[in-house]
Amino acid sequence: MSAFLPETILNWLPDAIQLVYLVATGFFIRGVKLLNSPGTARKGNQFAAIGMMIGVIVTLFDQKIVEFELIVGGIVIGGLIGLLLAKKVQMTAMPELVAVFNGFGGAASALVAWGELARNPDILSFDTTGLVSIGLSVFIGALTFTGSFIAFGKLSGFISGNAITFPGLNVINIGAMIATLGLIGYFAYDPTNPTLFWVILGISLLIGVTSVIPIGGADMPVVISLLNSYSGIAAAMAGFVLQNNLLIVSGALVGAAGLILTNIMCKAMNRSLVNVIFGSFGAAAGGAGASGDGDKTVRETSAEDLAIQVAYASKVVIVPGYGLAVAQAQHIVKEVATKLESRGVQVKYGIHPVAGRMPGHMNVLLAEADVPYDLLKDMDEINPEFATTDVVLIIGANDVVNPLAKTDPTGPIYGMPILNVDEAKRTIVFKRSLSVGYAGIDNPLFYAEKNQMFFGDAKKSLQALNEALNEV
Amino acid sequence: MEVDLTLLLFIFALASFIGFELIAKVPPTLHTPLMSGANAISGITIVGALIVAGSLGNPLGKWIGFAAIILATINVVGGFMVTDRMLEMFKKKEDEK
Repeated sequence: MSAFLPETILNWLPDAIQLVYLVATGFFIRGVKLLNSPGTARKGNQFAAIGMMIGVIVTLFDQKIVEFELIVGGIVIGGLIGLLLAKKVQMTAMPELVAVFNGFGGAASALVAWGELARNPDILSFDTTGLVSIGLSVFIGALTFTGSFIAFGKLSGFISGNAITFPGLNVINIGAMIATLGLIGYFAYDPTNPTLFWVILGISLLIGVTSVIPIGGADMPVVISLLNSYSGIAAAMAGFVLQNNLLIVSGALVGAAGLILTNIMCKAMNRSLVNVIFGSFGAAAGGAGASGDGDKTVRETSAEDLAIQVAYASKVVIVPGYGLAVAQAQHIVKEVATKLESRGVQVKYGIHPVAGRMPGHMNVLLAEADVPYDLLKDMDEINPEFATTDVVLIIGANDVVNPLAKTDPTGPIYGMPILNVDEAKRTIVFKRSLSVGYAGIDNPLFYAEKNQMFFGDAKKSLQALNEALNEV
Repeated sequence: MEVDLTLLLFIFALASFIGFELIAKVPPTLHTPLMSGANAISGITIVGALIVAGSLGNPLGKWIGFAAIILATINVVGGFMVTDRMLEMFKKKEDEK
């Protein structure tokens, strides 16, 4: 678009573009900052979107860009697909969608580096920095791409959520990563052999698969968060290839933010990142302790009985988990809560940091069902309140309320912060069966004297409760 | 145009520090929208894709750039829109009729 500008402007155009990039960066930083608080988050996202628009528009004035057919075509096609996906997706499928978008972002960065290499007729015109950046960009971008799609497959059930692994896989993965870095070094030293590039691309794609396959389905949120960080770093690397400040700054911003977020999630699960990536935790523990001892007794409740209990309570806390998300029961939960509130019962929601299918997912689902966010209490806020709570409804959650996390130092979840539901006067567990949770261990809460089980599908059970409440 | 590598690394490091600082205190409620919003920002690679697809050179490189534009645009448009859709639903109690 620079062709339309008079010569005098062209002289300072490159500097002007850099300054506008700085403005775009400002919008990104301000946007992420505003995303930190529920009241301003929507504005923050819009700020970031404006920053992106500014960055794209000003780039079109770059004097290197002389042809626009492919640009217009690409933006129209990509924009329509993005629009469609964003409008159609169910809120419960949000983790899958984030994984897909993330994969596309990584792939795009790898393609930018590869395209820049292929576009240039003389490969020797790249300096060492350029070649190393191309190599790293392809490496990180490609593994983000395949890794994200494996994560997508695990989240959507196309691929078994179990940890698929064999002894030595971790060693092979680490070896392959080191080998790839070595190859990138050699590629920078001697870029004339085209096979080398293909080998780097191929191994990178494979590493994405083999490093995510051994990680269990419940750890996918951490994986996606980490891959999100990688996609940022890949974009920054593409920025080094093109010596573009906007790419470097924004990519680094996302890369760092993603790492922090990953760390927060690991802490919530009381696991180190190394343990998530190399632990294959779900595979080893599965089955152990699954058989409950015969002498444990379980108290069962019915919809009618439960309706009376909650209707005459003064304070009810709802603890939703993965099972509620899977059953898509968020709307019916809200209906039950509304009925209780109209009777003067105080209703709050206690949300464990890793409840749902990705961190914060439960909050989104309940927001979709019109539950105001100030009723959604974080673990630290709700834990002191259980002592004064009459009934806790635990819907589709298991490990996050398992007292063994506090009492059994040998157990796999020992030390994980949990919701202290056992301090409440009564707990009700909505569950299909007495089966174990992801950690593969029995939950003593089910057999506690204060606890009652309400067996069945979360959604159907809540519907029954909702109807029974009309009769009370 | 020769740019000093040290300067680029400097910028990269500073931006990373800002990223660390910005996220440190985010409430769990916003983890999902934050992740999807940050994910949309990583679609910034679209700027690189525009340069590759629009510059002169070997047609293969330009078509690769074209593919990059499509994928990056899906990431950007879809990411920002779906984040907006999520955040639109976050309401305080007073906001209810």
